[in-house]
This record gives sequence, structure tokens and C-alpha cells, in this order.
Amino acid sequence: MSAEVVRFAGVSVERQSRRVLEDISFSLAAGHFLGVVGPNGAGKTTLLRAMLGLVPIAGGQIEVFGRPPGGASPEVGYVPQRHAVAPSFPATVFDVVMMGRLRRLGWLERPRAEDREAVARSLARVGMEDRSTRPIGRLSGGEQRRAMLAQALCASQRLLVLDEPTIGLDLPAEQAFYALLRSLKEELGLTVIAVSHDLVALAAEADELICINRTMHVHGNPDEVVHSHALHQAYSCEFDFLAGEIAHHERVGREHD
Amino acid sequence: MIELAFMQRALAAAVLVGVVCGALGFFVVLRRLAFIGVGISHSAIGGVAIGLVAGLPPLATAAVFAVAVALGIAAVGRRGTLSEDAVIGVFFSGSMALGVVLFSLQRGYQQDLFGYLFGDVLAISGRELATLAVGALTVAVALALAFRPLFFMAFDEEIAQAYGQPVGALNTALLVLLALTIVIGVRLVGAILVEALLVIPAATAALWAAGWRAQLAIAMAFGAASGVLGLAVAYALDLAAGASIVLVSASLFFASLALRRRGPA
Repeated sequence: MSAEVVRFAGVSVERQSRRVLEDISFSLAAGHFLGVVGPNGAGKTTLLRAMLGLVPIAGGQIEVFGRPPGGASPEVGYVPQRHAVAPSFPATVFDVVMMGRLRRLGWLERPRAEDREAVARSLARVGMEDRSTRPIGRLSGGEQRRAMLAQALCASQRLLVLDEPTIGLDLPAEQAFYALLRSLKEELGLTVIAVSHDLVALAAEADELICINRTMHVHGNPDEVVHSHALHQAYSCEFDFLAGEIAHHERVGREHD
Repeated sequence: MIELAFMQRALAAAVLVGVVCGALGFFVVLRRLAFIGVGISHSAIGGVAIGLVAGLPPLATAAVFAVAVALGIAAVGRRGTLSEDAVIGVFFSGSMALGVVLFSLQRGYQQDLFGYLFGDVLAISGRELATLAVGALTVAVALALAFRPLFFMAFDEEIAQAYGQPVGALNTALLVLLALTIVIGVRLVGAILVEALLVIPAATAALWAAGWRAQLAIAMAFGAASGVLGLAVAYALDLAAGASIVLVSASLFFASLALRRRGPA
């Protein structure tokens, strides 16, 4: 049996005295890709932020590699939901990816050859080695996403946490991003947790899905989840077209590989 | 002019303040802290007035008061019920009004008030210069120590926090450094104009360079050059020193803007 990387046990989160997550429990084994879906305002991003120690939990327990999340939480690479970097931001792609090494380096230690090699390797893995000296703000949205993925890989090659990783990307860029993620997962044995509003894409890519809407509605393999009544309850609507859409996404994804 | 002792002290102060304002200004521009800087700088007048009324060193009380105002703005802003610019507006007008009222209780207050509002660098004493140098060195060392996490936070505060950086403490530290730097600059150009030295050299640097290393170096160089050239202009034309320094800085910005219309390469 694979080692457990992430464990949520009865986790609740409150914001301004309102429960935004309640009694969330699941665990994720090493090397698995977990997709988190749910309607707008369901608490998907809050779940990730709680896992990273960015918001306090009101109840329950979270463990990442057997330890509570937060400052000491090791080996997590994070790609947050974000819009484009300001065009004038004074950092190159290399500078941004090197930020992923800050936890290892500390504030004062100068990057050594091994750190520069780690940055170069991460850039090569996402196909950005020829962009390392470019200002980050002058890259396209898809390239910036890949640079952020390289930064996350530089921080951790064990667990990636992605919040709406393909938001704002057109369909070819989205397909390319997921193809890259698949190859990284296979090559490095990465564990991945991704939140997305795109149920079709996540159902096609992930090994398992959870659907939340403040509380946990369903957890299982994508096929089970998309055919479950609980999914439809969480979204308060029917998805008759889902199975066909997912099959189409998988077919296009394979062609992209 | 260089042989005059008061000019030597003024030039040394101008270079120190210019360099440290240029370095901190890099973050002020990058993190859009210009308005909070204006708020803190104007509130320093309240701190100066408290010192004069209480018989304490005015710049020391200004430093304590400015730090308190900076932290107050941050604390009220964090509650989220008011936008930060509204909070800054309340703090800065309130503390400046407090300063003017306290000044008005003093006999012959106008001269003192003008000195702190618009700077009086030609009157800086050797002891004041030494204090200013210690303050500038403190800010420079603190910035150097925390540069990497501060730069990471300027890029993305959430990722920096997820990777274990103490973003709350670093944000507080940045505001404290901003308040201290403003107080350091009050003697040179005054509370009204010190913000100019935090914003203009760093903004000018952003026109010339795309990378952080070059921007930082150029901002410090422009800050120091503005101080020295401004003092030279003031001496040659018998003008107010603080305002001349700021005018030179603004002139360098507009000249750069004209030369670099397309932005840095």
C-alpha cells in the first residue's frame, strides 16, 4: 500500500464566524492525482489554503507527510490561482523559479551551484530552459503558468498543490499544461492535488475526485464521482453530458501526448 | 561650497538619505506603498510636535510616533471594514492636525514647523548627522537581511507564506523601516517632501532597468545624485535646499521618461 501524503480528519474552517468548510475527511496516497471540484463558493480554495497552513482550522486535523501544515511543512510546491504578473515586475524567470529554493536557502545563504542546477532542471522539465533570462512579466499566460510550475517543482518534487491551474488559458494551452503535468507525475512519482472549476478536465486527468460544497459530498474515482447523485446534489443540477465530454477530453489529451 | 563644514555635513546627509531612500523606495514602488508613505511622513509632524512640547528629542519622538501610526494604519486596515486609503487619510490628517495644534502652543513655532515641514539640512549638526548615519545603517542592514523574502512577497505574498516565510512579521518590519526612513529624511527635505525621495528615484530606476539588481543600484544612485545636485543648485541659486533636492529628483525622472519612452529593454 502507498504511503499517505495528505490526511484530512473532520476538518472545519471558519471565516468571519461562518463555517466555510465542515467535517472534511479524506486521505491521499503518494503518487496519486486528486481533483477537487465543487460549485462556486464551495470552499475548494479554502481547502487548499488550510492544507498549506495559510488559514487556521476551526476543528479536526490536517497532516501533510505526517506533520501539521504551516511554516515547518516541508516539500510542498504550490501554484496559486492568480492573474498575470505585472509586465514591469523586475524579475527574470530564473529569479522567480529560484524563489522556490528560499525555504532551503534561508534568507542569507547565496544560491550555490546545486541550487542553480535545481532551477535549470525545473525549467527544463517544463520546457522553459530557453526562457530563463526573460522578464517574467513579458511571458504569455501559458508560459507564466509553466514558470510557476517550475517554481513549485523547485520547492518540491513530492507534492504539488495547484489552484485553478488552467484558468485563463485557451484550450490548446490547457491541454499542453495537463500533458506536462501527466508526464511530470509519471517521471517523478509526484502526488498532485488540483482544484478546478473545470469538472470535465479534472475528471479526465485525476486518479480520484472529491466534490465538496462546504461539506464533503462524494470521494471516489472520477467515473464513480461523475455518475453519482451526490455530485448533482452538490451542484444542484444534472450533468447528462458529462461522460461524453470527459471521454472527448481524454481522447484529445492522448492525441496531445 | 565643499570647504564649508555645514555643507560637508549637508552633503553627507544627502548621500546617506538618498541611498537609503532609494533602496527602500524600490519596495515602496514595487509594493505600491506610496500612499501609506505619504500618510506616515505627514504624521511625523505630530511626533515632532510631541517631542518639542514634552522637551524630548523631536526626531526620536517622531520615529516612535511614525512607527505607531504605520502599525495603526496596518492594524485598522487588516480589520477589512474600511479601505486602506481611507484609513491612511484619517491617520495622516489627524496626526498632522495634532502636530500643528501642538506647534501653535509654542512661542515662535512657525520657524520650527517650517524646518520640519520642508527640511533644514544646512543646519544639521555633527551629532544629528551621526544619529542619521546610525539610522540609515540600521535600515540598510535590515533591508539587506530581509531582501530575499521581501522580494518574494512582492512577487506573491501567498506563495511566500506557503513556503514558510513569516509574511505578517515581514510586512510589519517593512512598515517600521518605512517609518524610520521617513524620519531620517525629515531633516533633509522635510515631512512634506520626504515621500518624493522614496518614490521618484525608484520610479526613475524602473524606467532604466528591467532587473531588480540594476533597479536597486540605479535607485540608490539617483537618490544620492538628487541630494548632491539639489544641494549644489540650492547653494548656487540661493534656493530652499529640500525643495531643490526634490526638484532635481523630479527633473531626473522626467528626463528619463523622455529618453526611455519605450521602457527598459
